[in-house]
Amino acid sequence: MTKRVLLIEDEPNIIEAVSFILSRDGYDVKTHSNGHDAIEAVLARAPDLIILDVMLPGRSGFDILRDIRANEQTADLPVLMLTARGQDTDRDMAERYGASQYMTKPFSNADVLATVRDLMTP
Amino acid sequence: MATLNVLVLASLLYVVLLFAVAFAADRAALHGRGAWLRSPWIYTLSLSIYCTAWTFYGAVGFAARSGLEFLTIYLGPTLIMIGWWWTLRKLVRIGRSQRITSIADLISSRYGKSNLLAVLVTILAVIGTTPYIALQLQSVTLSFAAFAEADPNASLGDASSTALWVALGLTLFTILFGTRNLDANERHHGVVMAIALEAVVKLFALLAVGIFVVWGIAGGVSETFARIDASEIARWDVPGSRWVGLTLLSAAAFLCLPRMFQVMVVENEDEGHLRTASWAFPAYLMLMSLFVVPIAAIGLDIMPAGANPDLFVLTLPLQEGREGLAILSFLGGFSSATSMVIVAAIALSTMLSNHVVMPVWLRMTGGTGIVVSGDVRQVALLTRRLSIAGVVLLGYVYLRLSSGGAALAAIGLVSFAGVAQLLPAMLGGLFWRGATRIGALTGLLVGFAIWLYTLFLPSFGPSVILSQALLEAGPFGISWLRPRALFGVDGMDPLVHAVMWSMLLNTFSFIAVSILSFPKPLERLQGAQFVNVFQHSATTGTWSGGLAQSEDLLLMSQRILGAAEAQSLFSKAASRQGLSGYLPEPSPDFLQELERELSGSVGGATAHAMISQIVGGATVSVQDLMAVADETAQIMEYSSQLEAKSEELARTARQLRAANTKLTQISEQKDTFLSQISHELRTPMTSIRAFSEILRDGKGLSEADGEKYSTIIHDETVRLTRLLDDLLDLSVLENGQVVLNTQTGSLSDLLQRSVRAAQGEEGQLEIKYGQIDQNIVLTTDLDRLAQVFINLITNARKYCDAKEPVLTISTQRQNGQLIIDFVDNGSGIPADMHAVIFEKFSRISHARVGGAGLGLAICAEIMTRLGGSVGIVPAQGGSAFRVILPPATVSQATSPAA
Repeated sequence: MTKRVLLIEDEPNIIEAVSFILSRDGYDVKTHSNGHDAIEAVLARAPDLIILDVMLPGRSGFDILRDIRANEQTADLPVLMLTARGQDTDRDMAERYGASQYMTKPFSNADVLATVRDLMTP
Repeated sequence: MATLNVLVLASLLYVVLLFAVAFAADRAALHGRGAWLRSPWIYTLSLSIYCTAWTFYGAVGFAARSGLEFLTIYLGPTLIMIGWWWTLRKLVRIGRSQRITSIADLISSRYGKSNLLAVLVTILAVIGTTPYIALQLQSVTLSFAAFAEADPNASLGDASSTALWVALGLTLFTILFGTRNLDANERHHGVVMAIALEAVVKLFALLAVGIFVVWGIAGGVSETFARIDASEIARWDVPGSRWVGLTLLSAAAFLCLPRMFQVMVVENEDEGHLRTASWAFPAYLMLMSLFVVPIAAIGLDIMPAGANPDLFVLTLPLQEGREGLAILSFLGGFSSATSMVIVAAIALSTMLSNHVVMPVWLRMTGGTGIVVSGDVRQVALLTRRLSIAGVVLLGYVYLRLSSGGAALAAIGLVSFAGVAQLLPAMLGGLFWRGATRIGALTGLLVGFAIWLYTLFLPSFGPSVILSQALLEAGPFGISWLRPRALFGVDGMDPLVHAVMWSMLLNTFSFIAVSILSFPKPLERLQGAQFVNVFQHSATTGTWSGGLAQSEDLLLMSQRILGAAEAQSLFSKAASRQGLSGYLPEPSPDFLQELERELSGSVGGATAHAMISQIVGGATVSVQDLMAVADETAQIMEYSSQLEAKSEELARTARQLRAANTKLTQISEQKDTFLSQISHELRTPMTSIRAFSEILRDGKGLSEADGEKYSTIIHDETVRLTRLLDDLLDLSVLENGQVVLNTQTGSLSDLLQRSVRAAQGEEGQLEIKYGQIDQNIVLTTDLDRLAQVFINLITNARKYCDAKEPVLTISTQRQNGQLIIDFVDNGSGIPADMHAVIFEKFSRISHARVGGAGLGLAICAEIMTRLGGSVGIVPAQGGSAFRVILPPATVSQATSPAA
């Protein structure tokens, strides 16, 4: 069964690149590009894993993460956070709000693939 | 034959005796066994230092020269003692209640504790006393010389060296007994005792010589009277003015002489002694003068012509071969001289040290020396010793200068007239509350100056200090300023002339200036205390403790000293008294100790007032209250200083806080900026890395994909480069390091150039020109201005969301300024964004169209540099940016641009 990945990211080039490498590896990648209705997208798509950017238009990635963890249906979903700010406070926030993994942009494609694979291995 | 050696030996023995007496008296006083020291007889005898060598030797000379005039010298004090005893009593009472240490202290105290006045009186007293000390030295020297002449075997050598030796000996004695201890009330039991002994010796000697002359030489009373009648002395040719003048002068001097003040007021043990002295001292004076006329008459009769009548008392016995009597007479004269010098030196040294040296020393050391109380004592003692030596030395120098030329009596009168200048200020202070400090100062200065000019300086003789010409013709030939005929009053006796003018003008200016000036509060208060001394309580010195007050005292002390310290102080005092617990008997000793302790915390006056309120034995005097008020004022002054300080501190703290807030803000801004930079850099880098890895792997990559991804990588690199350029540009602009390249050019040309540059190849945005004045010429950095225009046009192209985007550019002049508007037809910028849009990295929407968010920030910086501005104009239909250029950069071309 194909694993479904939901990529929540607003930067078109990054969406393009991440979608490409994950699709190439056999994942079903769906994308969403703003923060306003991100949680609805999550519920609608029911993905196996979420890749979540921090700086999103409309709503911060951390807030979205908190909502995911607060919702029974999505509380156990693996969430990989991506951020371009690369500061320790962001890493702390991600941990506190329950991110499964945290990566700083720019990342290597191989790392993203390996992390996604790890997170979805029961 | 009595040799000079015997005389020297006798003198030395006598001095040793004086030492012994003084020493014994001091010891007795120290051990509290000196009840007999406090007898009124000792007091009366000590007053006899009025009778100096001048009286002992000089009175006879005076009589021999001027007949009965010498009596005036005794008359003055006698009148004072009998008729003015109430003045003396007032003086003594004030001296005790105010703890007066000298006449300078008295006058300064009366006039508001003015140190200036004290210094003036001290100087006056020193100058006035110097001739007198010289007189004593001269008399001792002369008497030695008289013995030397009578002794063919001895030669005395230089007379001045004798005087020097005498001066040194007297200095030593005075230092040894006058400064053995520093008593708060300045009493010298030993010295007073020695003086009393000397008083007896001189009286005894003079009586002995008198008896010898009357019965031994003249052969009885009637023969003596016969000889007196035959002599010139009997002729009553005393001028009335001189008689009155001299009587007045001696009376004034009796009150004002520093040494008289010392024995009469400072050394006084008991006011009641005055009662005895008021009749006993005139009696003493009468005995002293009893044989003056017989000795003078018979001396003139039997001594060879030209013999110094000043020395008849000594030379008569010598002439008659009575060496024993002569030695006794010598000792009498010696006593008179030494007692005067000793007391005068003590009195003057007290004044010098208290009013001149100590204030200067305290000021110089800034009061830091007072930490250890012993320091002050040492300095004070040293000062007194040096002062004593200085005073005696000054007398010696005067003696040398005046070369002993003037007769003894004349020198004495010069001194009298000098110190008499203190009389108006002193008596005025005692009886007239209206007397003021300025008045006293003026009177003293006037009187003193006239005395110096008319009497003291001429006393050295012509051409010593004042030239002969000045004496005869006046200074600069102004005859009415002649020292001996002031204001043209000629033909008077020089002494009476000087006394009249100095006292008259002194008193007049004292009264006049006092009336015209206003006393300070402290002067007023002291004036009341002095004038009404008998109404005030006599007991201010010691405490008398009542019962059951210890607890109140402890309560008060705890408040001031703190509980622990107060309790320890009280329990120690209790255990010293043999009591257990914390409450000692309120004995005078304990109360004084407590007052000292409290003074350390709250100041002397407050401590005194507090204790007296509790103990109640002594009422709180007005002075206490004034002092409390003074201290309170000081504390208030201090606390207002503190207040000012804390105000200053608060201000500094505020400034610091503001600076800190600003720094925090800047630091936060910096963090935000770095985080934004990081974000702006990482995003294109992420794309570049991801796609370059995809390209490198080549896995599952179509050719079209490959081309597309390569393009993305290229675009992102361009974007990164632009971002870096913008950052550098902004940094240069913000730091003010930018160099403006001012050029002149047409506005329309510049706009067209900008539009071309901004449109690029795409050309979707339509540009419309509204009103554009073709003649406007700009003188500014045209390239930078074009950068602003390009940025604004580019923004419109990127962000205008209309279907057919249109940008309208128009210009207008307003108050000389040039306004250029860029208005598009899009949905505009939300109002809440207007404030932040010119900040770094702010974007209208999050959608990325390729800008880094620095463009408008750069525009704003550029316009600031060019002296203009860029802003948003609301409610124009779409986004409306307005660029404003200052008048200085705008001009009108003479002919329309091509």
